[in-house]
Amino acid sequence: MKTASPFLEIESGPRVDVTWEGKTLSLPEGSNLAAALLAAGVEVFRHNPVSGAPRAPFCMMGACFDCLIELDGVTRQACMLEVSEGLVISRPSEQGGA
Amino acid sequence: MDKYDVAIIGAGPAGMAAAAQASDLGLSTAVLDEQIRAGGQIYRDVDKAAPQRGEILGKDYTDGTRLTKALRQSAVDHIAGAVVWAIEDEFRISYTCEGRGAQILADRILLATGALERPMPIPGWTLPGVMTAGAGQILLKQSGVVARGAVLVGSGPLLYLIAAQMVRAGLPPAAMIETQVRGDTFRALRHLGGAIRGWPYMAKGLKMLAEIKRAKVPRYTGATEISIEGDGKTEAVTFTHKGRRQRIDCETVFLHHGVVPNAQAARSLGVSHGWDAAQSAFVPELDEWGQSDVAGVFIAGDGAGIGGAKVAEHTGRLTVLKIAENAKRLSTQDRNRMAAPLRRALARELAVRPFLDAAYPPYSAALQPTDSTVVCRCEEVTAGSIRGYAKIGCLGPNQTKAFGRAGMGPCQGRYCGLTVTALLADANGQSPDETGYYRIRAPLKPVTLGELAAMNETTQDATE
Repeated sequence: MKTASPFLEIESGPRVDVTWEGKTLSLPEGSNLAAALLAAGVEVFRHNPVSGAPRAPFCMMGACFDCLIELDGVTRQACMLEVSEGLVISRPSEQGGA
Repeated sequence: MDKYDVAIIGAGPAGMAAAAQASDLGLSTAVLDEQIRAGGQIYRDVDKAAPQRGEILGKDYTDGTRLTKALRQSAVDHIAGAVVWAIEDEFRISYTCEGRGAQILADRILLATGALERPMPIPGWTLPGVMTAGAGQILLKQSGVVARGAVLVGSGPLLYLIAAQMVRAGLPPAAMIETQVRGDTFRALRHLGGAIRGWPYMAKGLKMLAEIKRAKVPRYTGATEISIEGDGKTEAVTFTHKGRRQRIDCETVFLHHGVVPNAQAARSLGVSHGWDAAQSAFVPELDEWGQSDVAGVFIAGDGAGIGGAKVAEHTGRLTVLKIAENAKRLSTQDRNRMAAPLRRALARELAVRPFLDAAYPPYSAALQPTDSTVVCRCEEVTAGSIRGYAKIGCLGPNQTKAFGRAGMGPCQGRYCGLTVTALLADANGQSPDETGYYRIRAPLKPVTLGELAAMNETTQDATE
């Protein structure tokens, strides 16, 4: 995982551990999951099911569906979720579709 | 199933102001919003963020706490974290909240669904690292996350606002690549009267430009042939400026060339829309009270036509006056008396719009993208394909779905609809009104079988 993210957190607060693609990330508790993953250096959230092209958050408001991730076997929009202790998340397994 | 006099969809400025006022007027009121905390996108997470980073975000943002407080203190049922996916049968609202489907009933619907970024399909816009300027603002508002060395591309006041906020956060953008040209400024000067009446907006704009200049952010105005380059992620923006090809290395690009009404819910209810040339967007056909041509369906805020946060607040309240009259809670005389100051405030706030619309028009190359540019992000359909469909007889956006799945992915046309209409209209020599728009049907947002199953359980519980 690259750590030199261009996305910087301008404040600091309590952090919790989540699992992303089998690796442990320390993310700000209660923060927006998509924002926290970007700041943690995650560059690719999913691959477009048509072309396989890499995608990452685009709109941050639940409209574009480019930040889809998998949580508990369900494909969800990362920008509509908050970080909590112990989340186990990954890139969507079924070709990235919703 | 709970039943309300009015259900409001969206807890942004229009929805919050409308809800508090509806409750004050004695209407049983529910407001449903996708976010966990009220504010909409313009005041996203304002209760949490204002104390932490109000200095960076500015007073126009922290002012949103006035509306969240009024909503909290009202008797309104604020159903937070609710993703509405169907509004049917005068009116049953289906939504998902905490992984379970649920429904409420309402006699009237007020759509306060706000705006979406105008789609800005330019080469490379699907690469990771390219986001909307609105997304950049949401990162800052909600999460205190700022992109280092970002490049802002496009035009309009929001681009200056986010640049000024990034300057205040100590991470100024690497550059601003702006698409408005000198001719736009001249055309805008015809609306100088409005600009003078809307002087507070102009003064704020000049102050932001001064902040950007002081931070020595390079600005390239009149840029053309803008392209984002990179292998699997954003590496640079290239563009033509004053006849010379330029390249700026960056990992993040924020795009913006205006916002447009988010009409998904309105269209699903069958509300008529017409093309607004000044705003280069479809807007719903409404009377002066925000009442649509579908009985019981009202629209306020940016979803009724772009006006910004203050306009949204006023139209929210104005529309509720009509709803209260309709529900026999307000006499026509009282309605008109209470509307008068709101209409004066609206006229003041709207005065500057014609100037801004003319000074910062959409980037023309993103309205008619080059053939190889992807326009439908979900299904990766290019502008050239859409033009090709027109050549073999495709007249309207609904047919393009059959030709090549454009608009059929999970975003349901939110980020390609206007582009597809524009491409077909141009190719067929028709107007946007003649060309039309995607037919929008429920579910408005994807819903899982598990969520539906959970809803059936609750419905059964309620009837037992």
